[in-house]
Amino acid sequence: MAASLQPQSASPLVSLRGVGKTFANGLTALSAFDLDILPCEFISLLGPSGCGKSTILRLIAGLSEPTSGSLAWSDATPADHRSEIGYVFQDPTLMPWASVADNVWFPLRLRGVSKREAASRIDDILSMVGLDGFARAYPRELSGGMRMRVSIARALSLRPKLLLMDEPFAALDEITRFKLNDDLLRLKRELDCTIVFVTHSVYESVYLSDRIAVMTPRPGHVAATMTVDAPRERDARFRASATYAKLCGQVSDILARAMILPGGAS
Amino acid sequence: MSETARTQPKHSASRIWLPAIVFVAAIAAWEAYVRMAGVPAYILPAPSLIVTTLVADWPVLSVALLVTLKTTLAGLALAVIGGVALALLLSLSRVVEYSIYPFAVALQVTPVVAISPLLLIYMPQEIAVLACAWIVAFFPILSNTMLGLQSADRNLLDLFALYSGNPMTLRQRLASRLKALWLLRFPAALPSFLTGMKIAGGLSLIGAVVAEMAAGSAGVSSGLAYRIIESQYRLNIPRLFAALVLLALTGIVIFLVTSALSRLALRHWHESAMEPEA
Ligand SMILES: Nc1ncnc2c1ncn2[C@@H]1O[C@H](COP(=O)(O)OP(=O)(O)OP(=O)(O)O)[C@@H](O)[C@H]1O
Ligand SMILES: [Mg+2]
Repeated sequence: MAASLQPQSASPLVSLRGVGKTFANGLTALSAFDLDILPCEFISLLGPSGCGKSTILRLIAGLSEPTSGSLAWSDATPADHRSEIGYVFQDPTLMPWASVADNVWFPLRLRGVSKREAASRIDDILSMVGLDGFARAYPRELSGGMRMRVSIARALSLRPKLLLMDEPFAALDEITRFKLNDDLLRLKRELDCTIVFVTHSVYESVYLSDRIAVMTPRPGHVAATMTVDAPRERDARFRASATYAKLCGQVSDILARAMILPGGAS
Repeated sequence: MSETARTQPKHSASRIWLPAIVFVAAIAAWEAYVRMAGVPAYILPAPSLIVTTLVADWPVLSVALLVTLKTTLAGLALAVIGGVALALLLSLSRVVEYSIYPFAVALQVTPVVAISPLLLIYMPQEIAVLACAWIVAFFPILSNTMLGLQSADRNLLDLFALYSGNPMTLRQRLASRLKALWLLRFPAALPSFLTGMKIAGGLSLIGAVVAEMAAGSAGVSSGLAYRIIESQYRLNIPRLFAALVLLALTGIVIFLVTSALSRLALRHWHESAMEPEA
C-alpha cells in the first residue's frame, strides 16, 4: 500500500481524528475517518459512490456534527469557521430568480455587505471565472458549465481559506471539465486557498491534486493517501505525459485495493 | 442579452385564431338554427337577441356585475392575504402546522353550497357572500404557498446556514429563520403561489355565485347570480343568457389577468413563463 507521505512541515489546517457519522436512521456513513488537511494544499477525496464523501464535506463545513471522533481547526479555538469556507455543490444550486451578480452576492449579503459595496468584488470574481458581461444574465440563460462557474464564483466571493468542492464537474462533458480543471488550478494559484475536492474520477484527481485520499466503501474511512509526485504546473502536456499515466495507474491500484477492504474495519 | 428578445413564435397567433374561428362558427350555427327552426326566445334565444338584451338591460346588469365582481375580487384579495399569512405561519413551525392544517382541509372539502345557508343565518348578507368566496378561494392559495415554501432548495438552505453565522439566542434564530424565509423560501414559493392564485381567482367567482344563489332566494341580493335566478322565475331567458355571458366573461378576464400577472412575475426565471424556442 502506498505510504502516506504527508509533508510534516506545516501544521494541518483541519484535522479529523476517528470521525464517525451515524445517521438517525441507523446508517453508518463514516467510521474512524482520519485525515489532516494541510494549508494551501489541493487534496482530493476519491471513493466509490455512497462512501461518505459528501458527508465528510458537510462535517468539515459544520453543516452537521460527527457522532464520534473530533474535528479540529489549527487555531485551536472552537470558533465558528463557517465564514472561512466556500462550498460548491455537485450541481450549481443557484437561485433561479436572481441574476448572476445577485447569486454571487448572496454570501456577501448574508454577511451584511450591500450590493453597492460588493459590486466591484462581484465584477472581479466574475471575470476571474471567465464570466465578464454575464452579471445580469439569469441562470436559465446559461450553459451548464457557465452555471458551475457562477457557483464557483459564489463560493469564492468571501475569499475563503478553505474551498470544499463536491464533485463539481461530474455532470459536465469532458471538454468543459478539462477547461474548468485548468481554470480551477489557475484560481487556486491566484487565491492561494486550500481546496478539498471530492471526485469519482481517478484521472481528475491526479490531474488536480497535490494529495489524494482514497476512501473505502461505506462506512467510509481513508484507506490510503498518496502524494501526487508531479510539478504543480499542469496542462495538456501533463495530461499526455507518461508520468500522468503512471500516477493514474497507481491511484487506480490503490482504489481497487480499497474497494475490497472491509468498510469501517480499522 | 440578445437571446431574451425572442420573436413571438408562429403558433401563438394560431392559439388566438383557432378558438376564435370555432367560436364564430358556433355562434353562427346557433343563430341560424334558432332562426330557421323558429325556436321561441323563452326556450333558446338567438345570440343576436342576447346581445340586444345585454345592451337594453345594461343598467340592471351592470349594477349586478359590479356587485359580483366586488365580492369576487374582495374574496380573492382576502384569500391571498389570509392564505399567504397562514402558510407563512404554518411553515415557521411544525407544531402549528400539524395543529391547524387539518381544519383548513376540512373547511375546503365541505361543499360551499352546503355552508352558505348557515353563513347567511349568522352574518349580514354581503359578509356571508364574501365569506363564501373567501372560503373556496383560500385553500388553493394556502396549500400551494405551503408547498412552495417547503420546496426551497435544500442546498441553498445549507448555504444560508453556512454563511449567515451561528444564531445563538432564540431571537437570533427567529431572525435568521425570517431572513431565510424572505431570501430563499419566499421566492421559491412564488411559482406555486401564483398557480394557487390562478385557481383561486376562478373559485372565488364560483363561491360568490353560489352564495348569491343561496341568498337570492331570500330576495335581497342584486348580484349577477341573483339576476339569473330572478330571470329563471320570470322566464326571461334572454336576460338569463345575458347574465350568464357576463359571468363567463368575468371568469375569463380574471383568468387572463392572473395568468398575465404570473407570467410577468416569473418571466426571467421560471420554465412555465418561458416562451418556447423559436
Ligand atoms: N441525511 C441522511 N440521512 C440518512 N442517510 C444519509 C443521509 N445523508 C447521507 N446518507 C447516507 O450516507 C451514505 C453516504 O452518503 P454520501 O452522500 O456522503 O455519499 P457520497 O460518497 O457523497 O456518494 P456520491 O459519490 O454518490 O455522492 C449514503 O449511503 C447515504 O445514503
Ligand atoms: Mg456525494
